[in-house]
Amino acid sequence: MVGRSMELRSETPASGASSNAGVVPGRLARFVRSQSPLHWLLSLIVLVVAIELIRSVSTNENFEWGVVGDYLFSHSILMGLLRTLELTVIAEFVGYVLGALLAIMRLSGAPLAVAASWFYVWFFRGTPLLVQLIFWYNLGALYRHISLNIPFGPALFSADANSVITPFTAAILGLGLNSAAYMAEIFRSGIQSIHHGQSEAALALGMSRKQMLRHVIMPQAMRVIIPPASNELIGMLKYSALVSVLAYQDLLYSAQIIYNRTYQTIPLLIVVSIWYIVVTTVLTIGQSYVERHFSRGIRQSRQRRSVSRGAGTSTDRPAAPATAAPIT
Amino acid sequence: MKDMVVIDGLVKRFGRKEVLHGLDLEVAAGEVVCLIGPSGSGKSTLLRCVNQLERPDGGTVRVAGEFVGMAQGRRGQLIPGRESDLCRQRTDIGMVFQSFNLFPHMTALHNVMLAPRRVRRQSEAQVVDMAQRLLAKVGLADFGDAYPVQLSGGQQQRVAIARALAMQPKVMLFDEPTSALDPELVGEVLDVIRSLAGDGMTMVVATHELAFAREVADRVVFMDGGVIVEQGPPSDVLVRPREGRTREFLSRFLGVPTGALGEPASA
Repeated sequence: MVGRSMELRSETPASGASSNAGVVPGRLARFVRSQSPLHWLLSLIVLVVAIELIRSVSTNENFEWGVVGDYLFSHSILMGLLRTLELTVIAEFVGYVLGALLAIMRLSGAPLAVAASWFYVWFFRGTPLLVQLIFWYNLGALYRHISLNIPFGPALFSADANSVITPFTAAILGLGLNSAAYMAEIFRSGIQSIHHGQSEAALALGMSRKQMLRHVIMPQAMRVIIPPASNELIGMLKYSALVSVLAYQDLLYSAQIIYNRTYQTIPLLIVVSIWYIVVTTVLTIGQSYVERHFSRGIRQSRQRRSVSRGAGTSTDRPAAPATAAPIT
Repeated sequence: MKDMVVIDGLVKRFGRKEVLHGLDLEVAAGEVVCLIGPSGSGKSTLLRCVNQLERPDGGTVRVAGEFVGMAQGRRGQLIPGRESDLCRQRTDIGMVFQSFNLFPHMTALHNVMLAPRRVRRQSEAQVVDMAQRLLAKVGLADFGDAYPVQLSGGQQQRVAIARALAMQPKVMLFDEPTSALDPELVGEVLDVIRSLAGDGMTMVVATHELAFAREVADRVVFMDGGVIVEQGPPSDVLVRPREGRTREFLSRFLGVPTGALGEPASA
């Protein structure tokens, strides 16, 4: 399992581009404009490497592009893709809801809630996701029966653990509960990034804590929360490939079933990669739309001048007491 | 005149440091009280205790006859009140902050409409006229669609005043409303506060604008070190202060001997 921090770094394209050249972006920009010999040399290297790469990929027969084409839209691959999407959406939903709850507990100030939230994050961030997945899958070894009771009352729900814990439920539990720990920290940092003057202004107007959170804090915190939360969702899409160890037929496992039979390992992994990249691209586009929605009032400073100009100067003056409307 | 705000023996500590030492203050309905004094004298803390943004460690605050943040127990003793009661009481107490604290994700009009809509649960159609009228009152009739970032500091503070007025408060608290403004923007905000005084609004204004206090205040309260040192009509406190600390503050603050404010500012 790849560490989360490494994953984050590899998903930031901008940092990769500038570190390649070994100069800070600002200097690089100036240097490109000056078009020195080094600029031409760098461009030449990039061009040569790119041509060489394309040539090798297209001419190496071991890639078996024909096989890739055969399986790209095959029924079992598409079914696997569907299951991967289903798993990603449900597990991330669990992660978002539980994460938000954990963040609110952590910020509530109630000692037991704070401790419980802290403990949860500590535990689920402290153990590998792969271990958690296998652990949930083997829950039946720990508890034979799973039941939901009213405290000291009758059971609402009771079942044999082995029938409840299918590869699917183990995958949802493993992925969702793990993601909740990360989401809790993302929500918490987002909420804490909002200046306390905002909550004071809301409270002074007579808003309850719930109204303040919903109408004042969260809409602003979302701007901070969305980029890492999107990262988490895109990460979830790919971490879900881990459930192939539980023999759940997601995208990767569907491909594995095929290449275990046909030994066309590389082309089928390419098929899988293509689908992951397609879905990631769609999610990234969606992210930019959501980000735009939540940056209302933040990115509009450029319009400032036009608004000031649009209104006459005579209106930009307090009404004289004589003509002022009475306070109602 | 009926007392709108009654502060009785107010004590506030931050950690071990006591910043308000059992302070008493009454503000009559329709009265304009200006709080002056050096930084750290407790002006802000006093205002923030009135609407319980800071929980007092002792003493009581009554607004319009009701204990703020407190309820009376079965035997008449004071016990901590419920959150819902405090929210209702806060709607009677408008507050304007030094740093405006407008909600940046909403237009000016929506800033003004937010509390009536969410706290009073009125529909947008019910409150939009009132909000427009308030924006017109602070001279920003054409700025309803502007986001806070598109407004100057003075304009933002005037929207903040309209936002506080939207809940039809019985008293307005101003916490150094012009201290974060460029000098040329101070006047437009003071003009709005002045017009509110003309309308008979009960106000407590913490301010460093002594000329404004001289002109608008019914009473000036000089605070230092968490106590009220001296209070009275501005013509006394600002022109002929009795206490040495007041004289020292005024001469240091104005950089001139006391008496310079003898003539009312011509604004």
